[in-house]
Order: sequence, then structure tokens, then C-alpha cells
Amino acid sequence: MNLHTILGGIRYTFADLKEVMAKANEEKSGDRLAGVAAETVQERIAAKVVLSEILLSDIRNNPLIPIEEDEVSQIIEGDINEIIYGEMKNWSVAELREYILRNDVGDRELKRISRGLTSEMIAAVTKLMSNLDLVHAANKVVILSTCNITIGQKGTIASRLQPNHPTDNVDGMIASLKDGLSYGIGDAVIGINPVDDSVESVKRLLHATKDFIHEWEIPTQNCVLAHVTTQMKAIRQGAPADMIFQSIAGTEKANRSFGITAELIAEARELALKQGTGSGPQVMYFETGQGSELSAEAHHGIDQLTLESRNYGFARHFDPFIVNTVVGFIGPEYLYNSKQVIRAGLEDHFMGKMHGIPMGVDICYTNHIKADQNDIEDLGVLLSAAGVNFIIAAPMGDDVMLNYQSMSFHDVATLLQTFGKTPAPEYLKWLEKIGIYENGRLSPRAGDPAIFSR
Amino acid sequence: MNEQLIEKITKMVVEKLQSKNLKIVDLPKENEQMAVTLFQETAGENRIPEEKVIPTPLGDVKFFKTTVEEKKPNNILLRTPTKEDKNDDTLAELRKKTPARIAVGRAGSRPKTSTWLQFRFDHAAAVDAVYGEVPQEILNRLGFFQVHSRVMDKEEYIRRPDLGRRLCDESKKIVKDKCKHSPTVQIVASNGLSAKAIEENLEDVFLSLVQSLKNLSIDIGTTFYVDKGRVALMDEIGEILQPEVVIILIGERPGLVSAESLSAYICYKPRIGTIEADRMVVSNIHKGGIPPVEAGAYLGTLIQKILKYEASGVSLVKKEG
Repeated sequence: MNLHTILGGIRYTFADLKEVMAKANEEKSGDRLAGVAAETVQERIAAKVVLSEILLSDIRNNPLIPIEEDEVSQIIEGDINEIIYGEMKNWSVAELREYILRNDVGDRELKRISRGLTSEMIAAVTKLMSNLDLVHAANKVVILSTCNITIGQKGTIASRLQPNHPTDNVDGMIASLKDGLSYGIGDAVIGINPVDDSVESVKRLLHATKDFIHEWEIPTQNCVLAHVTTQMKAIRQGAPADMIFQSIAGTEKANRSFGITAELIAEARELALKQGTGSGPQVMYFETGQGSELSAEAHHGIDQLTLESRNYGFARHFDPFIVNTVVGFIGPEYLYNSKQVIRAGLEDHFMGKMHGIPMGVDICYTNHIKADQNDIEDLGVLLSAAGVNFIIAAPMGDDVMLNYQSMSFHDVATLLQTFGKTPAPEYLKWLEKIGIYENGRLSPRAGDPAIFSR
Repeated sequence: MNEQLIEKITKMVVEKLQSKNLKIVDLPKENEQMAVTLFQETAGENRIPEEKVIPTPLGDVKFFKTTVEEKKPNNILLRTPTKEDKNDDTLAELRKKTPARIAVGRAGSRPKTSTWLQFRFDHAAAVDAVYGEVPQEILNRLGFFQVHSRVMDKEEYIRRPDLGRRLCDESKKIVKDKCKHSPTVQIVASNGLSAKAIEENLEDVFLSLVQSLKNLSIDIGTTFYVDKGRVALMDEIGEILQPEVVIILIGERPGLVSAESLSAYICYKPRIGTIEADRMVVSNIHKGGIPPVEAGAYLGTLIQKILKYEASGVSLVKKEG
């Protein structure tokens, strides 16, 4: 494995694959915080040049975290199809990029190579891709997933309706829910982040959403995003949950800091399949985001993009219904400004799709980061062009519980209309029946939550 | 534009809106259509009736609500006047139930202009509310001494969370010298990302927490304040003072609804290397969320439980079975 190059008369030498991978990243404040970022812009490009010539077999043979030390590594390694890997192992990362971008390579071909790629290989090629590469390539991949309904079809963007309330008040949550439904939001999931992580609170919200879904015969899924152990308790006590949610990370140590292991997630999935209310076969929901491993001081000196990719390697093992990166939530110490958030959003979405998972994005920002709503509207447009599976939306984009801003109900409806897309087919049918959609777009009645007050 | 100028303009705008809004609050109850525009007020009504009369501090979103878009009936929705009235009542009822920006209408698929500008203004106010200093008089009144993390300035605080998780050398010494060692509960306060949160809530939370702990006969250490701290600062404090439980009251990142929300993070025997899942948090402590006095009392009973099980966070859930 060659680890040096000469560029502009300067010789650049890197110690190992880990350093090349880290320095080949686009600028991220989190990589600086970790002390792994390129020192200069030219060094960054030098690292990209070196990385472009490294073979996929080099990446596999030089694990960043050995399988003996980390169960996430073990899972990624264990899920590789050896035949497909064997077909590609002598490709350089540059060749992988050019294969992905070939005009005669589409959904079927990318899904095939996906099964032979490790998360580190997918991370490596991502580092060589431009923003438009990421949009164009991700848009080739169509990932369908099914819980109560199927989402992810070409020409659709599903959405998570996020009716959070600052005190988990059920009536308050329902008020936001009605508002979101009136804009045609909610086919991916009606998902609530509870303030109170107690079993009682989670049960209450699960029952309230399920009752509402039954009353209005809404073809969707419910979920309450408490810790996995709390949801499992709620389900064992008879609460109706279509899916089980958990935030995940790209290393075993970071997962432990979230209070989870692969064994626990497998147990949760078994429970959701046996006692959950979702039809399945997909019954899991994961959230990720660049920087969480460093935040948990469990990053092993690896850059945040590569670690994020490992999230998806972990996620795909559990056959999720939806996965999303919460891209602008973590804060400016990991993604400093809108430029970094937009880049990360495109990277995460592409890497998810290359793993074959149903990838969505919470397109968002906090109030201490250098970004505003205009910036995330930009990212919304880019991800719509990239064929994102689903987007998260809150009333006017203002989450009154988590205190950050995401896409609004209006934004999702506008992206659909601008791109000529629709919600998932089964959901669209329901929206037309209720009178919220007409001819594939918002009806005159849309936007009126009183539709659901009778 | 320089920061002071922005602050000055923000203040002027807010004062103007404030005086306008206070008049609207005084409107007779039957004027439902106007009253509902103040959904923040009505949403909080059941919990804290005094909210109606207390002038709200600068930066609180509820004074930024305009009435423009709500004055007009939603003419796109229903045709006959009676139905329209009924619809307005329904929307008013819905708005009362949540501080979220619901039932705001639309222009095509986009938000109306006033709704959009309102949102932008609220974001602007939240951005301006990040950081800030806690008035010394509050700390004096509560008898807290002040120490510092390793962070030098705001920019470093943002970029280097690791430095916010440690005390500077001098502060370590001060804490060691001034504080009671091995108390059952060590209380710490820090501005975090919102000094406003400390200013508005610390006193009430702290006093009711102390009362609650006293009632439960739980021993309390020497409380102090850390400038520009992060949550995991509790690990180092745990090492230095060896308490059973550390509780840190810290300003949350400002949101649009409230820039003064406080969080309480609690951990059983935090030490360097404590995992995040062992910390517990009670967030959204402010008068539009969990009222500070109630929060203090609740935190006392939560600490009692943690002491009983000798565990917090995920470990507590496991032990509870």
C-alpha cells in the first residue's frame, strides 16, 4: 500500500491508512477537534490522491479497528459477500468511484456491489466524490422498505411527522400531529421524542398515536424515540409500537456509552417482530450523525465520516425500516457551519444508500451553529434531487422540545411539488380520500388541522 | 454588524412588541380570536397562572408573536360564515394546547410572510441569546463562589467541548479548598449555552431542590458555579470531591420558544470515564416547560431514588428491573 505522493513539488507521506482516510476528508470541525484533519488544503488533496490509488483489498486487509476489539467491525466484516468482494478487490478507490458513476451502472449493479463493500470502502470512495457526484450516484439507488406500508419508491419522498411537545402533553402532541397530517406529512413514521424517558410516558404516547392512527385509518407507523430498553419494557407491558428506535454509533465503545450492544439491538428486533404492532418485515428505526463517537470519546483516532459509515454497516445488519442522520444537530464543534452540514448531509445519505439501507435525513441546525433556515432549505433541495427516502418535519421547522430547527411541513410539501414527487403511494391514496391531496398535490383544504377535529 | 448594535436593536424591537402584546393579554376573555394568538400564554395557563401578569424577560418568544395572520379568518378553508367561525374556534383550541407553530396557514405550499418573518426573528433572538454572562448578584445572593473551566472565550467554548469538561488548574485547587469533601449530593451550576437560563431559573430550582433534599434528610455539599462548563465536568468534580451524586444545573442551547431553558444532569458517582448513558437529565426547566420550583422538588425525589439503587441512567433502569 503506497502512502506517499508528490504534489506541487512537495512530498507528502502518511503514516497509515487511518491518517490517509482522515486527511482526505473535506473540512470538518470535528476532525480538527479530534486532531486528525489535514493541516493544509494541499495536504487534504494529497491525501485524496493517495487514497484514490489504494486498493479495496488494502482497505480490507488493514482494518481501522480490528474485529477482535470491536463488535461493529465484526458485524461489518461478517456481512460481506466474499464472491462479490472478490470481483472488486483489486479495484482502486478511484476505480470504485468511476464504476459507481458509469452510465450503465444503475440500481441493480450498485445494490450488488454494496454487498461486497465494507463501510470503510464506502467511506473511502465518498471522500473522493464531489457534492454533485454524491447527489447523482445516490439518486441511482432505490431502496424500498416495508413496515405497515412501503416507502422509498422512485418519485416519492416520505416524511417523519415529529409532533414533539415540551412536556409530552398528549393533547399538545395530537395538535401538532393534526397540523402535520393536514400537509400530507407522516408516511415514514409518526415519531415522538419524549422529554420523559419513563415507561409510563412512552406507553401513553404509543397508545395516543396508535389510537389516532386507528381512528383515522392512517396507513403509517408509530414510534416513540425513548431509549431502546424503555421501549422494550413498554412493549412487554402491552403498548402498541410499530417499530423500535435507537440512536446508534460506529464503534462498540460509543454504542456502550449509548447503553446498547449488538446483542441488545438483536433482542429488541426479535421483540418487535414477536410483540410489535408493525406488519414488517422491517421493524427497526435508527438515528445516526457524524461526530457522536468523538463526543463519546470512543472514536479510536478515526475521522467522523468513516465512523458514520460504520453506523450504516451496523444498521444494515438489523434490516431497518428507516435510518436517518440528524445531520445538523450535534453542534458546531463537529460541523461548524452550513457548508459542513450540507456536505455531511450529502455524504451520509450517499453512504446509507451504498449500504443498501432506507436512508433519510433530519435536515436541521441548532441555534449556536453558523446556519439558518435558508441553508437547510438548500440541503432539502439537494437531497430531494438525490432521491432521499424520507425527511423529518416539525411545525414551521421549530421543534419546541428539542430546541432546534428542522424542515417544516410546508418545506416537505414544497419540495414534493417542486420536484413533481409525491408521498408514498399508499399514503397518497389516503390523503386523497381525506381530501388533503388532489391531483398529486395539496388540495385547497390542505393545511387545516381542523379536518381532524370532529 | 457589531454585536452591541444588534443587541440594542433587538432590545428595542422586543420592547416595542412587549408593550403591544401586554395590551393584548389584557383583552377580555371572550375575544378568543385575539387571545389565541398568544398561544404560549394560554398553553402555559394551567400550570402557571401568574404568567399572565408577570412581564416576560427579554428574549422570550411569547412576546414576538404577531397577530397579523391570525386576525384574518382562514378563507381558503370553508365557505359559510358559521362554519368559518367554528373552524376558527377549533384552530384556537388546537393552538392553545402547544407552543408549536401550528395552524399558521399557507401561501401556496409556503408559509405566509408574517409567519416566516416571525420565525426568522425568533431565530435571530435565539442566536443573540447564545452565551451571555450570569449576573454576579445572583451568585452572591445564593452564596455560590465562581470557578472556570479550561475554556478561554466563547469561540473556544463552541469549538473545544473537551476544554469545557475540565476545570482550570486554579479552579481545581479552589474547589478542593473551599468545598466539603465526600458529601452525599454535590450541586453545581453552570451557564453552559444560556446564561439566561441560569438567571431566570437557578434560584427557584436550587432553593426548592435544597428544601426537598433537606426534607429527605440528604446531606448536601458546598454548591458553586462554573463559568463556561459542559455536562461532563461532573466527572472531574466527582474525582475531586468524591460525592455520591453530582447534579449539574446548566443552561441549554437556546431554542426558538425559549432561550432560557435549564437542564439538570444527574449521575451516581461520576468519575473520569463515566459513560453518557449513566447520566440522567431533566430538561426543559423554564416557566413554559417544567416550572423551576416543581423541577427542584422532583429532582430531590429523583436523587433519593438514585441513592437507594446506587445507580443512575441506564444502570438505574436495569437495577429497577
